[in-house]
Amino acid sequence: MKKLSLFTICLIILIGSWVFLEFVVGGIISVPIPNSVIAMYMGLIVIAILVHISVEDSQFREFLRPIHETLVDDRRRTHRRVLVVLIPLFLLGYTYAIIAQRANPPGSPRDAHPSPPLELTYKDEVIGTMQDVVNPFRHYEKDDPEAFKAHVENGKRVYHQNCFYCHGDHLDGQGHFAPYLQPLPANFQDPGIIPNFQESFFFWRIAKGGPGLPAAGTPWDSAMPIWEDHLTKDEIWDVILFLSEYTGYQFRTFGEAH
Amino acid sequence: MKISKKRRYLILGCLLAIYAVLAIAPAFAQDMTEAEYREFPKIGSRNAAWIAAQLHLLFGSFILGVPMFAVIIEFIGWRTKDIRYDRMAQEFIKLCMGAFSTTALLGGVLVFILIWCYPKVMSKLSGIFGPTMIFYVVLFFGETFTLYLYSYGWDKMQGRHKGWHLFLGVLLNVWGTAIMFVSNSWLSYQTSPATQHGVLSEMRKKSWMEEQLAADPSLTPETVMEGVTDHSTIPLHNETTGEFMGTVWDAVNNFTWMPINIHRLVGNIAFGGSIVAAYAAFRFLVAKTKEDKAHYDWMGYTGNFIALCGLIPLPFLGYWLGREIYMFNNTMGINMMGSLFSWLFIIQAVMIGVLFIGANYYLWSGMGRIQGAEIYARYRPYMITIIILCVAVWMTPRTLSKISSASELSAMGGANHPHLGLFGLMTAKNTVVNIIILTTFLSFLFYRRSGKTPTVSWGKVGNIAISSIFFFATVAIVVIGIVGFSVPTDLRVNVLTPYQVLIALAVMAVVTVVDIIMYRKATTSGAINWGEMTDRSQYVLILIAITFTSLMGLMGYARSGLREAWHIFGVMQDTSVDAFTPLLSEAVNMVAIIMVAFFALVGFIFWLGLWGEKKKQEKTAAEAEVAAQADD
Repeated sequence: MKKLSLFTICLIILIGSWVFLEFVVGGIISVPIPNSVIAMYMGLIVIAILVHISVEDSQFREFLRPIHETLVDDRRRTHRRVLVVLIPLFLLGYTYAIIAQRANPPGSPRDAHPSPPLELTYKDEVIGTMQDVVNPFRHYEKDDPEAFKAHVENGKRVYHQNCFYCHGDHLDGQGHFAPYLQPLPANFQDPGIIPNFQESFFFWRIAKGGPGLPAAGTPWDSAMPIWEDHLTKDEIWDVILFLSEYTGYQFRTFGEAH
Repeated sequence: MKISKKRRYLILGCLLAIYAVLAIAPAFAQDMTEAEYREFPKIGSRNAAWIAAQLHLLFGSFILGVPMFAVIIEFIGWRTKDIRYDRMAQEFIKLCMGAFSTTALLGGVLVFILIWCYPKVMSKLSGIFGPTMIFYVVLFFGETFTLYLYSYGWDKMQGRHKGWHLFLGVLLNVWGTAIMFVSNSWLSYQTSPATQHGVLSEMRKKSWMEEQLAADPSLTPETVMEGVTDHSTIPLHNETTGEFMGTVWDAVNNFTWMPINIHRLVGNIAFGGSIVAAYAAFRFLVAKTKEDKAHYDWMGYTGNFIALCGLIPLPFLGYWLGREIYMFNNTMGINMMGSLFSWLFIIQAVMIGVLFIGANYYLWSGMGRIQGAEIYARYRPYMITIIILCVAVWMTPRTLSKISSASELSAMGGANHPHLGLFGLMTAKNTVVNIIILTTFLSFLFYRRSGKTPTVSWGKVGNIAISSIFFFATVAIVVIGIVGFSVPTDLRVNVLTPYQVLIALAVMAVVTVVDIIMYRKATTSGAINWGEMTDRSQYVLILIAITFTSLMGLMGYARSGLREAWHIFGVMQDTSVDAFTPLLSEAVNMVAIIMVAFFALVGFIFWLGLWGEKKKQEKTAAEAEVAAQADD
């Protein structure tokens, strides 16, 4: 069997990578990957190929050889003619795909996480600084497990009376209303949500809801209600206990430093 | 009438000068009575201060970084009696001398801009840091005269005075490091005007207690101290009036001071190495003789090696700084990594990826000039694959909402991809950083071994041991990374991540020792053909220097921008027209402009040095010719 040229191998790697990302990862293994992310990965693969072929002069010449031959060798006249047709056609199709009008609005430009205020408040009452406020019932976990259990149970009740319609009965953001909301409700089962924030951050988000989000990073478009209008302070802290108890994730703490 | 080229430039220069005078003319019409802020003409106060500060920092970083490795290289030359090292160290210091006055000049420009445009802020800062400013002046004099002695005394202090000359080199670094530590205290204080209870002065402890008791009469000194540990954050200002209540040392020893000091100290070495390497690359590309090519190839290799030595620990030190920012203020931490500045860290990942890919590319290219290095070429595709996969993980954003269409978001089921979104979390990123570092270290190990054959009887066992160390360390780092997804953040940040770092550092230390012993009496099968490098590899060195410069500018924007609308975070609000965080795109443009300006200035300074050298060489050649004619 004829040995494949370095150019052909690189072409196969490039196309194979795209097929793998688009159809294998983005189809069989998982859900589709956004085009921008695929473009980013493909850019890296192109860099990897360029690095590999250009480190040594001999390899670089070997890579360029088929390109050179196609351009100047008379025996490759047919290849040339095919390419002369194919390349403009490809560019034409690519340009059309970019500029063609279709009903596909852009995604939300919001930040990953809203920037919390420095002070935590409930209605107009200042509870303390966002940095230092802790859940007043958290210490029951060690001091009085029965009382802790009662608070978690209360949190569970509050959650299922108010939150589960959007955040789901598995706390994964897949509630009944979820498909009709953009952005989607938070998924507390995601390992990047609860462990990254202090309980005070969650209190702030629940108490102030969508309208209480900061001016920076707008539009947030969050449908989260202002829960301090409906829930007591203790109920909010109880729900927070329930979130970590149910998911098994612990809220962010700063150990001895705080 | 025909105008000569020279005259045309003169006219153009005059027109530009007239324009510059006209441009700043409105500034003379400003009301110069006491003001909180004054407007810098045309570009605005913040941009003016930004440009001056960043350029000053880049030059400062260069002149502080270069003497650190110059003195080490000089020491190596002294011990090995290899004059080449001594000459190279001297050449490094010559570059430093050229940049030194420009650094001071830019520092002066920055101070003038700050005093003129931000009088109230400067009054507040000088009120707190006054004694340190006097100390700074003393240090500056010390550094200046030591540098002059070190540079001008180079040729005079050879032979038996060499030890004293080296002492001057070390002293120069002591001055330089102290200067940087002092100025770091000012800017780190602006970001984190608080310190830990354990290191707080008695004076502030007392006033803080009084404040707490006054704020809530039901408290007692005992109840105030409940839950307060040595690590608790204590503000340095009266929380009601904003008045500074601590000592100068409290302000200096603020929360982020030491992490910034160490991060910058090591960063200076990496930056200095990369600029020297870029200079050598440029000289290599224009060199006409084989000797020159060989010399600058060697210099470029040394510069890149130094940059790599600095680059390897930098992610760890940056991580420490980030951790301290979270410790000081969680809101600031969230703004940095998850909110306002989070996309900057994606750009950072891309740029650090460029640095590591570039550094590896250069090492692999360098193996082409060593006979007998071919045997390692077969590992290269695997190493490229590992590095690219790791960079891909590092630069995968956590939240994709900004770069996805609505249909893509609904197909993903939210802003986070259910699988790739995991790459956006710190545990994944820390894991791949360590693997990239180990792979880069492996590249260096191959480079070091190229053309050499070990003669020790346990050579094979040694190789198996080294391979096993690499393999099991990588497995351990990956396993710790996976465990990191399911443990409390406190444990991950304070225990698991440091373990990953320690494993990577331990691998590098142990393998280096084993490898040195293995190759101590190795036979050399092929010499290094200095000068036989591809031009591409030299452009990579220039790219690395450009990337370092841009990266420093961008991360400086993050460090400074984290204060948001505060001159001193939580204490003194920014009420100027510039009290908004610039867009990332605006920051990128500004950093690009500064980067171009920096390279233009550095290029000019280096060219001046070359010009003088060329004139000297021409004069010597002419004198030699005259002497030869006279002999005839």
